[in-house]
Amino acid sequence: MKPELSDGRDARGSGPDARSLVIRELTKEYVRGTRVLDGVSLTVEGRGLTAIIGPSGTGKSTLIRCINRLVEPTRGEILFMGQDIAHLRGRALRTARRRIGMVFQEYNLVERLSVIENLLCGRLGYVNPFAAWLRRFPAADIARAFDLLDAVGLGAFAKQRADALSGGQRQRVGIARALMQGPDLLLADEPTSSLDPRTSVEIMELMVDLAGKAGIPVIVNIHQVELARRFAARVVGMSGGKIVFDGPPGDLTDDHLKRIYGGEGWLAT
Amino acid sequence: MSRAATDPTNRRLPGMSWPARIGWLALLAYSIYAASLLDITWARLLIGLEQGANFLARMFPPDFSRWKLLLHDLSESLEIAIIASAVGIILSMPIGLLAARNLMPDWVSWPARMLIAVCRSFHPVIVAILFVKAVGFGALAGVLALIVASVGFIGKLFAEAIEEISLKQVEAVRATGAPFLNVIIFGVMPQVLARFIGFSAYQLDSNLRNSTMVGIVGAGGIGGTLFAAFQRFDYDFVLAILLAIIALIMVSEAFSARLRATFQ
Amino acid sequence: MVGDQRTWERFTPRERMARFAVYLFVVAAVVVSIRTIEVIPEFFYDAPEQMADLLRRMWPPDAKFYPDTVHGALMETLHIATLGTVVTVFLALPVGVLAATNITRSAILNQFAKFILVSSRSVNTLVWALLFVAIFGPGALAGIAAIAFRSIGFVGKLFAEALEEAAPGPIEALTAAGAPPASVFTKGYWPQVQPAFWSIMLFRWDINVRESAVLGLVGAGGIGMVLDDAMNLFRWHQVATVLLAIFAVVVLAEIVVNHIRKRII
Repeated sequence: MKPELSDGRDARGSGPDARSLVIRELTKEYVRGTRVLDGVSLTVEGRGLTAIIGPSGTGKSTLIRCINRLVEPTRGEILFMGQDIAHLRGRALRTARRRIGMVFQEYNLVERLSVIENLLCGRLGYVNPFAAWLRRFPAADIARAFDLLDAVGLGAFAKQRADALSGGQRQRVGIARALMQGPDLLLADEPTSSLDPRTSVEIMELMVDLAGKAGIPVIVNIHQVELARRFAARVVGMSGGKIVFDGPPGDLTDDHLKRIYGGEGWLAT
Repeated sequence: MSRAATDPTNRRLPGMSWPARIGWLALLAYSIYAASLLDITWARLLIGLEQGANFLARMFPPDFSRWKLLLHDLSESLEIAIIASAVGIILSMPIGLLAARNLMPDWVSWPARMLIAVCRSFHPVIVAILFVKAVGFGALAGVLALIVASVGFIGKLFAEAIEEISLKQVEAVRATGAPFLNVIIFGVMPQVLARFIGFSAYQLDSNLRNSTMVGIVGAGGIGGTLFAAFQRFDYDFVLAILLAIIALIMVSEAFSARLRATFQ
Repeated sequence: MVGDQRTWERFTPRERMARFAVYLFVVAAVVVSIRTIEVIPEFFYDAPEQMADLLRRMWPPDAKFYPDTVHGALMETLHIATLGTVVTVFLALPVGVLAATNITRSAILNQFAKFILVSSRSVNTLVWALLFVAIFGPGALAGIAAIAFRSIGFVGKLFAEALEEAAPGPIEALTAAGAPPASVFTKGYWPQVQPAFWSIMLFRWDINVRESAVLGLVGAGGIGMVLDDAMNLFRWHQVATVLLAIFAVVVLAEIVVNHIRKRII
């Protein structure tokens, strides 16, 4: 039974548009004439992890970051829960952003704050700044923070400073912080690129597990193809700013990989 | 991977630590106490604000009619700053070197450090007053006062910079059999020269600011004119002088940044 | 390779020209200044002896003078320095935030804030004191205001620099979570710059103690007034006492600051 969050909503959302993300003809030019994203269209629904793979510089990170507007799209529509968020500003943008959680490659925790405070930072979109400064978070939020901390296995670290944790532990905190938002979508921008292989697997498992329990889709930008194959329900391959593959990991053949990444020598066969 | 759940009795958000809380309260209590001691009341503040508004009104528009005098005195301040900085920088290098505890024996470094400490402790204005009493009114007193200030500032920071260098490089040069001066030039200086130039540029700036003010006690420069204008209630001339000073300092800051860029 | 000159030059020709130009300019400035400045040569040669004479007249310092007059004034000076530093926190912080280019995106506001900071720094504490004595009348209030306003430039500039050096990652994370700008500041920037902030404040307090000692010369309270009186009455032994007292306080303040700095940084 999911506890209610402080904003009164049940964490599961409502309606057929719940948690659907529809991207239409998304284009991004950092420099005029050079398109990092070229008319990308994508629909993500339901639960499950979607892995975006592709070579460096092909726009994977740009795509993810356009969704929560950390990067401004040049053209295109991004429909999230039925609303076009590509052109929102100010308060409306913040309201949309708090429904989207994000996990970062460098964890991006506030190092001098304690772990539990970092988690509560996930609720900053819901709490007024003055109360947040005085650390007056609603009791429901605080309880949920401790619950989430237990769920990621870091219950004993609640009061410790974030910079006292290892990389893998910090990423768990990052995941917990993102889930504290009670989001309808979880984004992850190369969440395992700074971690060792074993910890990478643990983090992927954790994301699949917790997002599955919350009933929300996950979109992960990842460069380790094996991790994508192992954990994703759907793989999207990008090359040159366009989607060149979209399907279950079982369908991903060496030919597809060649097309996505180019070159031959790196393939195992 | 520890799956220990948080102890249910420990599920509270840590607030501000006790030392921090006490610190803030102490600061608040002190402020109220000190303010009452110094007879600072809201009444005085409000009267002051009204006076302030009057004041600002009398300062506008600035009166540049006596620009010749302004320019002459400003130039004198500039000259004081330049000479004092030049001499101060030249003196600070050996004094700073002598004060470095990792290069010099104690019987050398202690007197040098004392000298620097004395130079630093007194506000340039106080030093300027003393020099005025000793060598009479005029720019000489100002120059001498700012030389003392420069030695105090650059000397201290330079000595600290030297104390932070890696002695391995110095040993390497010494091992080639180089004489002492060469050891300094090739072993020590490359590591600290950039910072020395930085301190010197900062002090040039600081001297320029101070030189505009030592005139208040008779040590030359525009400070005297400024003080006189205040006493005569010539507030629009005061504003003109202040604007000229701000302009001069902005130009000097730009120049100082260029200087640092060229040499670093 | 034949004909390939491999020489080592420390500076490129262009750099050399630039450095030479600067040397030339500096030397020219010094020469012009020496020639233009109005210094009577006799006074210059007489200076060492005059200084010695002055020092002789000041020795020994008048010990009784301390508890009578100096101590009270010294305490007042410390209060002026401390209160002035406390007040400047409320003034310098907002200006510093406006001047930080990564927080305030408007170039106009940035320049405006930078102008405030430069002006505050350009006008000497003593001149600020003159201004505030004219506004508030003589006394400690003028001194506190002078200290506060002068410190804005120092604290604001260093604070803005600290803000600009804050790691952008956590800021990005909080923004992505939908936090309002105020919360991004208190939870994202502030924890990062907190140690720098305290260091800056300590540093400035130390300087302010030095500055407060002379404000009395223009009537803004503190030990400067005692010094001014003693000097005008040519009571050199008392002057010596005051100078020694100032020296002691400045050294003490520095020791205190060094201690605190080691403990919290």
